[in-house]
Amino acid sequence: MSDKVRVALYWCASCGGCEEAFVDLAEDLIKLAEKVEIVFWPVAIDMKKSDVEQLPDESIDVSFINGGIRLSEHEEMVKLLRRKSKVVVAFGSCAHLGGIPGLANLYSKDEILKYVYLEAPTVVNPEGTMPKEVVKVDGQELELPKVLRLVKALDQVIDVDYYIPGCAPPPDVVKKALDTLLSGKLPPKGSVLGASSRSLCDECDLNKTKPEKILLKDLKRVHQVKLDLSKCYLAQGVLCLGPVTRGGCGTLCIKGGMPCTGCFGPLDNVKDYGARALSYLASILDYDDEAQAEKVIEEYVADPAGWFYRYSLPKSLVRGRYQGSGGEAHG
Amino acid sequence: MSEGRFEPRVVVFACNWCSYAGIDLAGTSRIKYPHNVRIVKVMCSGRVNPEMVLKALADGADGVLITGCHPGDCHYISGNYKTMRRYFLLKKLLKQLGLEERVRLEWISASEGERWARVATDFVEHIRRLGPLRLKEVMSSE
Repeated sequence: MSDKVRVALYWCASCGGCEEAFVDLAEDLIKLAEKVEIVFWPVAIDMKKSDVEQLPDESIDVSFINGGIRLSEHEEMVKLLRRKSKVVVAFGSCAHLGGIPGLANLYSKDEILKYVYLEAPTVVNPEGTMPKEVVKVDGQELELPKVLRLVKALDQVIDVDYYIPGCAPPPDVVKKALDTLLSGKLPPKGSVLGASSRSLCDECDLNKTKPEKILLKDLKRVHQVKLDLSKCYLAQGVLCLGPVTRGGCGTLCIKGGMPCTGCFGPLDNVKDYGARALSYLASILDYDDEAQAEKVIEEYVADPAGWFYRYSLPKSLVRGRYQGSGGEAHG
Repeated sequence: MSEGRFEPRVVVFACNWCSYAGIDLAGTSRIKYPHNVRIVKVMCSGRVNPEMVLKALADGADGVLITGCHPGDCHYISGNYKTMRRYFLLKKLLKQLGLEERVRLEWISASEGERWARVATDFVEHIRRLGPLRLKEVMSSE
């Protein structure tokens, strides 16, 4: 028992897909179980926070943490796991870059709570009940975690050693990353594990069909065009973020008839994925007339933040919607 | 400089061939323009990656002014067209991020010293009215 690698898995603001990514290892899980002892995994093993608290510091070899940091509870748990772990790995797009939950940073906390509890078409809440941080039930005070002002990526809260990219990370990537971690030969801190250091186009089968120079008169969305699956999607006018996205996923989406949406995040040394993606789109739009270019962009690019920052808004240079330096309202 | 007045920090990206020469002309012609501008010379406005604009804002600039050759006048033929398309996209993104008022694109030719002074004064006064940005501070506060 004692020579096994002690591993913890935890989820924060996530959809559960990253937990599934572990299960997707299928028969490799059995081999993994011979080398690894799972000491904490709330989704599969009944353990409480207090069980982790009782562990000696740095007694967990690797903690895999997925999900964005949305609640004070997440902050508390990841800080605890950081203290108890030798190595912390941000697992999946949300922990790596903020992920889909990070798009909530385009709205204030008040706007989100109001919409979710009062205004959403599927909500029935005639008494206008809103969540409170402290509630009294039968004379007892109950506490709920606090919703943070902004969603954060894991490394904006604790020190992170490695990253495993993807929404969710494909089994091959998880396997490669685990092999690296279990080999004992650890790469430099901050490395992205299991993925490539080149852009997705580099490994894409359709790259051969990509023209030397792409110039687009109009952009189409996937539902507006019948994609030829044997020809570069960009050449067909569908925005594929492959050129600015880290490779290593095996072009799964592209093989499935969908363009890359960028879940593996930026290549090394890129500070702001969205700005790069935007810049790249600007360079392939074939318009030199100011009025025309403005019109086309207005028409076709309805939601640039959603396109370019789909997985990375919290890790962008701006981090979300700026709400003025005057008001301190959004606590 | 009057006491206590907010003095914006404005980063200006100026292309080597037209805009920087235009700014230079303002200087040699002794035309006054606000001291708030920090001019960064680049070979072409097409070199200004949106990342540079966002980084300037994140690192303490209150506004960013991108300047380049008028359409048709680019030394590298098409650099400024790229800038223009990028700017429209960036502007739309900045709108979602609540920062669209903080960035502007202007064409300044090598002979437009006076126009530069007008543009710079106008933009600095515009940013002064908006007030300090303090982006990093605001976005990292709880």
